[in-house]
Amino acid sequence: MTYVNFPVAAIGIGAALFLNVTIVSGAQKLERTDLNQTDQSRVTAIVKKTVDFSKAEQFEAMSAGAATSTASPNSNAFSHSLENLSFKGQRDFKLGNGIFKKVWTSSPSSTLASDGLGPLFNARSCQRCHLKDGRGHPPKNNMDRATSMFLRLSVPPKTAEEKSKIASGELALIQEPTYGGQFQDFAVSGLPSEGKMVIDYEEIEVTLDDGDVLSLRKPTYSVSDLGYGPMSKDVLFSPRVSPQMIGLGLLEAIHPADIRNSADPLDKDKDGISGKVSEIFDTATGEKQLGLFGWKASAPTVALQSSGAFAGDIGISNAAAPRHWGDCTENQKACLEMPNGVNKRLGDTEAPKTVMDLVSFYSRNLAVPERRNVNDPQVLRGKEIFYEAGCADCHRPKFVTSRDAEQEEHQFQLIWPYTDMLLHDLGEGLSDNRPVGSAEGAEWRTAPLWGTGLTQTVNGHTFFLHDGRARNRMEAIFWHGGEATAARDTVASLPKKDRDALVGFLKSL
Amino acid sequence: MHPLLKNLTLSCLTAAGLTLVNTQITMAEKVDASSVLSNYANIAEAIFEDSLTSAKALDTAIDGLIQNPNSESLQIARSAWVAARAPYQQSEVYRFGNAIVDDWEGRVNAWPLDEGLIDYVDSSYGRESDGNRLYTQNVIANPILNVNGRQVDATKITPTLLSETLHEAEEVEANVATGYHAIEFLLWGQDLNGTGAGAGNRPASDFDTNNCTGGNCDRRAQYLKAASNLLISDLEEMVGNWTVKGEARTFLMEKPKTNLSVILTGMGSLSYGELAGERMKLGLLLNDPEEEHDCFSDNTHNSHYYDQMGIQNVYTGRYNRIDGSVISGPSVSDLVKEKDKTIDTELANKLSKTVDAMTAMKTRAETVEAYDQMIGEGNTKGNAIVQAAIDGLVDQTRSIERAVTVLGLKAIEIEGSTSLDNPKAVFQ
Repeated sequence: MTYVNFPVAAIGIGAALFLNVTIVSGAQKLERTDLNQTDQSRVTAIVKKTVDFSKAEQFEAMSAGAATSTASPNSNAFSHSLENLSFKGQRDFKLGNGIFKKVWTSSPSSTLASDGLGPLFNARSCQRCHLKDGRGHPPKNNMDRATSMFLRLSVPPKTAEEKSKIASGELALIQEPTYGGQFQDFAVSGLPSEGKMVIDYEEIEVTLDDGDVLSLRKPTYSVSDLGYGPMSKDVLFSPRVSPQMIGLGLLEAIHPADIRNSADPLDKDKDGISGKVSEIFDTATGEKQLGLFGWKASAPTVALQSSGAFAGDIGISNAAAPRHWGDCTENQKACLEMPNGVNKRLGDTEAPKTVMDLVSFYSRNLAVPERRNVNDPQVLRGKEIFYEAGCADCHRPKFVTSRDAEQEEHQFQLIWPYTDMLLHDLGEGLSDNRPVGSAEGAEWRTAPLWGTGLTQTVNGHTFFLHDGRARNRMEAIFWHGGEATAARDTVASLPKKDRDALVGFLKSL
Repeated sequence: MHPLLKNLTLSCLTAAGLTLVNTQITMAEKVDASSVLSNYANIAEAIFEDSLTSAKALDTAIDGLIQNPNSESLQIARSAWVAARAPYQQSEVYRFGNAIVDDWEGRVNAWPLDEGLIDYVDSSYGRESDGNRLYTQNVIANPILNVNGRQVDATKITPTLLSETLHEAEEVEANVATGYHAIEFLLWGQDLNGTGAGAGNRPASDFDTNNCTGGNCDRRAQYLKAASNLLISDLEEMVGNWTVKGEARTFLMEKPKTNLSVILTGMGSLSYGELAGERMKLGLLLNDPEEEHDCFSDNTHNSHYYDQMGIQNVYTGRYNRIDGSVISGPSVSDLVKEKDKTIDTELANKLSKTVDAMTAMKTRAETVEAYDQMIGEGNTKGNAIVQAAIDGLVDQTRSIERAVTVLGLKAIEIEGSTSLDNPKAVFQ
């Protein structure tokens, strides 16, 4: 396996080497504008990937630096605020938590500040999908309506105008003309819901090099009980489970140079791994921003991701997404005739700015739990495999966050998120065949792995990947293809003892 | 304790109508971190003992209600519940900073709850929730349940059924099956008055197997008794954690100097984030009567008031027990005073000022209108009274921060975190 040096690591140690622009593999590297030379050399040294697996690295247990939660690793492990948060910060966090848990009601309602649900929606509150602030899961069967998962919808561009807007990035996708950008399986009283998501699974056997057989379940998505007539024949579905909420503010605080410098879209270093930045068109300024959040890195900030979720998932309008009727389209007249929850005294949208600010603050400040068993020999062996197989090439272990981060608690922390925040082609097996913005159907943003070791503890399951198809970590690994093929094949060639060690390492995250 | 009192004799104080426990220090002795933490732990032990004692009294009253359900026995049980909340709420300041208390707290004091899990509800509650399959499960009416895809035999409602199977079932935090608020719901029923006057109004006949209202009165009684038993055993466990060899106390005493910050962290986090923020400001922000802590009983004013008393207790190192005796000893206040008298006075005054604001809120709740009415939209006077208490909490937190600084506790944290042999060390 080729060893890739990440750019900051490749710059080398010692202040003398720092120039405005450093050239590695022929690509121009961006500089971290937030650091002085001393800082830069310390950062370079500390984020360098280790080659010593005999013991845990310094600071390794504290996955999010001083922001790490040292609370007990129990079912509340994802619900704590950053440990370094001020008392005032804790106040805003708790207020945000209250809104995160708040159950929105349909309009009109006696509680003016809490109405505006839908008319179409996937959930009545944030918490109902982000269960225990952790990971959602696919429905248990097609009768189970308590989902923390939904389908995104779009159609391929058809007109010349649509095609050019998609090409320029001005539009990320073309919505399904009747059902909009998202399939809502609930509606307020008196209105039909859009229908039901149907999943059919097919078991596929994978034989590992030592003869062990693994069964993967391959999902097929469709819809039934459509409430608003037929969908476009060429509709594209992208299933999404709700992701864990921890550490988002720290991911946002990663310096853009560290992300952009890792990108290698044309694979100039010929290591088989490209890595592409998600560029998002800002309709307000016409400029492109770095996409960071969501399974396809389609949102540049936690605040915008939250605004999108309020409007799309709950049907609550807000300044960034002023759609009082949520995801209703002009072809859903009955939906547009429903009352909305705008209360002029409180603002021009159903969720006023204060509410959005608090919920965004909350979402940025959920702590990542401290690692367990970092010095356990099996965990260390698993870590070695993780690095040697190449997993760590995309699931990048370390960053030091920007000194310029907006919030003090997020600044200059050594964090261990195990993501490079880039889009990678994971192959046809995982593709949803639905392009959105910079991301092709097979491209997904590297999922952060920090905290995932506690998924069972917090959420009572180990369903991983964007649609929860993997029932455990080994299945998740074997769904990887595309740029991750070599790493996956390395894992397939390992003896069981080493595969178990790899899983042991992942469970310690 | 007031310095002038420190060298008074025990008999003198008894004569003054007070019983003093654990007063070993005299003026001559310098207060150290260890003695402060020891007194802090003694107060915790006493508070949890008092919570336990009053939970047992509640249990007896519940027995009375079940044996002889009428409006009088129901009233006695409700009063016992309100009385039981007073010591318990004073323990909340221990939640923050003491992981062992925080981990346990959800079992006894979780809120808000989807009460349809437990019993019948009004049609305005709604029939289903997209996220909570158990939203209207009504355990009392349904002896066979389906939880997490498994059939559960709830023919007999036991403490184990509540704590192991139903509490937070299917990962939904609002599935609160245990603790004070589950008992509160069973004693009061839903408060259907919004921001209008009135609390929950469950009739005593809901527990009367001869003239049963609401159906399944035997199972409702069984549920209530099981929840009450569970509350007692949970409190017994917590008292145990604070005894001489208890885990919570032992942990604190291991590193007295560092752990002094636990006391102040608890005070600050409860004041600002939990109380001023989630429990009070949110309700004002949304004008939502559902945003109140003791929503079935309209006892929220007491719940907030005793939280503040708890904050003041741990600062002054003094707690008035339910039997009238007083626990008093070396306090953080003494330590701050040694370093900077002005900051001690400032913080002590602000704590009293908030107590006054909370008292005004409590008085209004007892004489004019309930807390959920005070937070109603357009209720200028009520809103202002709640806001004054919030302002007090925020203001006292600023002085708590000053106390942390003057005691050099920030420095301790930083010193500890850079040490190389410390697994909790972080890069800075």
